[in-house]
Amino acid sequence: MFSNRLVNILIPTISVFLGLLVGAFIMLGFGYNPLTGYLSLWEGAFGDSYFFGETLRQVTPYILSGLAVAFAFRTGLFNIGVEGQVIMGWLASVWVGLAIDAPMIIHLPLVIIAAALAGAAWGFLPGLLKAKLGVHEVIVTIMMNYIALYTSNALVRNIISDGQDRTDRIPETASLTSEWLAALTQYSRLHYGLLIALFAAAIMWFILNQTTRGYELRSVGFNQDASRYAGMNVGRNIILSMVISGAFAGLAGAMEGIGTFGYQSVKGGFTNIGFDGIAVALLGGNAAIGVVLAALLFGTLKVGALNMPTGAGVPTELVDIVIAMIIFFVASSYMIRWFLLKMKKEGK
Amino acid sequence: MGFLDILQSIIGPAIFFSAPLILTAIGGVFSERSGVVNIGLEGLMVMGAFVGIVFNLTFIDTFGSWTPWVSIFVAMIISAIFSIIHAIASVTFRADQVVSGVAINFLALGLGLFLTKQWYGKGQTDMVSRPFYTTDVPLLSDIPIIGPLFFSGMYLTSYVAIAFAFVGWYVLYKTPFGLRLRSVGEHPMAADTNGINVSRMRYVAVMISGAMAGLGGSVFALTIALNFSHSTIVGQGFMSLAAVIFGKWHPLGAMGAALFFGFAQSLSIISSGVPLLQDVPQVFLLIAPYVLTILALAGVIGRAEAPKAIGTPYIKGSR
Repeated sequence: MFSNRLVNILIPTISVFLGLLVGAFIMLGFGYNPLTGYLSLWEGAFGDSYFFGETLRQVTPYILSGLAVAFAFRTGLFNIGVEGQVIMGWLASVWVGLAIDAPMIIHLPLVIIAAALAGAAWGFLPGLLKAKLGVHEVIVTIMMNYIALYTSNALVRNIISDGQDRTDRIPETASLTSEWLAALTQYSRLHYGLLIALFAAAIMWFILNQTTRGYELRSVGFNQDASRYAGMNVGRNIILSMVISGAFAGLAGAMEGIGTFGYQSVKGGFTNIGFDGIAVALLGGNAAIGVVLAALLFGTLKVGALNMPTGAGVPTELVDIVIAMIIFFVASSYMIRWFLLKMKKEGK
Repeated sequence: MGFLDILQSIIGPAIFFSAPLILTAIGGVFSERSGVVNIGLEGLMVMGAFVGIVFNLTFIDTFGSWTPWVSIFVAMIISAIFSIIHAIASVTFRADQVVSGVAINFLALGLGLFLTKQWYGKGQTDMVSRPFYTTDVPLLSDIPIIGPLFFSGMYLTSYVAIAFAFVGWYVLYKTPFGLRLRSVGEHPMAADTNGINVSRMRYVAVMISGAMAGLGGSVFALTIALNFSHSTIVGQGFMSLAAVIFGKWHPLGAMGAALFFGFAQSLSIISSGVPLLQDVPQVFLLIAPYVLTILALAGVIGRAEAPKAIGTPYIKGSR
């Protein structure tokens, strides 16, 4: 009745449904009409072309940060440091954008590569420590997040700008903004980055599923000892996985740096792009196509939520609760699997 | 500034900043010692801060000058209950403990802000009118040198935190309960064979961490932040987690690490007034706790050995 493939699709679907259900009950409990609530969320995400453009803009970094988390997951690594790598990628894209003067055909690729390299560098250290000394990557990457935040703030304030709270805007030659896309969506902040994100998803699929290296990476994720016994260099694969994951995260930062905002500012806290990426990757089952779909969902929820206070009087934070519950249900998929299995037995 | 003045201006804030970290980190030690990773400390602190502030604002007329003490007690209870979600996910549902912890962090912040907007109609609560105040400890503060350094202008909650560290050490290392808790984290199957209920021990340990993080969060809210908003707890929970590891999963070690982090934090705040330090860019002091934790993990400052069964759900009958 339920094939493995079907279960893999059913679990995220059921989790999303349960998460939305919890949200509906909370709305009900506080005297809101859940239907009006979710309708205004839908309106806020797809109501007109401006909202749709903003939703796609939000989806763009989510795809990349989701890919970053997912890629590391496939090698058995949990990269919580995506947040810090996003910040460093953001910083690098803006910094290189401001520092260099070149025609767009050179400038733009340079800026994007810089962002990927910065993210990769931030992922390299936890990878190295994991591979050489067996230090758990979760703690190191959490620490790296804070180091990234404070370092970026100090650089923005003291080096890139002159004691300002934000850098100058990057020149047009380093920018992903698009007159055409903006005009198409009633001047939303939608930019060409979406294409980069989709391309990156294709790259991830290609690396993992079509190359020997990808086979090794996944193999290390399944069983390190067996991989070592088969003659693979586990340490090198771990480092490589963290570096590629960091590069994706750095690109996610570039989407904000040279796409949405055009500058880097002194941040009081995290961007949450990286942390939301964990949710995206989990829901997307750590596969490229799943990540794209999950990013679409979370982007919709996040942007649509902004319309909920005006549309239905519901605080936007309701969506954060819904997202938390979705993660919780996906993580507890053992329960859902067990339930499906039971249904299967009774169905026979 | 004389040397003693400098010392006084560093030690006071250091202890004051580290008290919430000490409390939360001790909870973290209990949870991790039982084999459950608790990335959710941050969210549990958020919950504690939220409950502490809201209770304080609501019941100020009922409890008068005892309000802050009752508030942190209530925050402790509610956070312990809230942490059951993490226990259910990671012990009963066998979820990835790190992922479940991430969910706790999202959930606590979402819930806290949702209810804040619901009840106060804005993004942050009012300021509490009855937070904790600094006091001079009678008699002890009159001792020369030690008195002004350690016993005057202090929050009583700081002493509570330090006392809890010793209680935590005693419970974990000197009682049968502590031995069982540690055995569950080292070798759950052996513990199970000896008749220890692994699941129950882990539930209790996670709830202890919830209670302590709730205490830590509410102490932070009622001594430092004084209201609740999205930026009340930003990273203190992760810092406590760092203290757990830096302190090598030992209550007293965690306390030492938390004190050190508090020391680094107070240095970064008062550094402009201290000779030698005023030339050091503030960013180095800000990132010092995190860099040191990485160094500690990398074995530069003694090898840190995690509990053996950490992060793995225990499935009865599996080998």
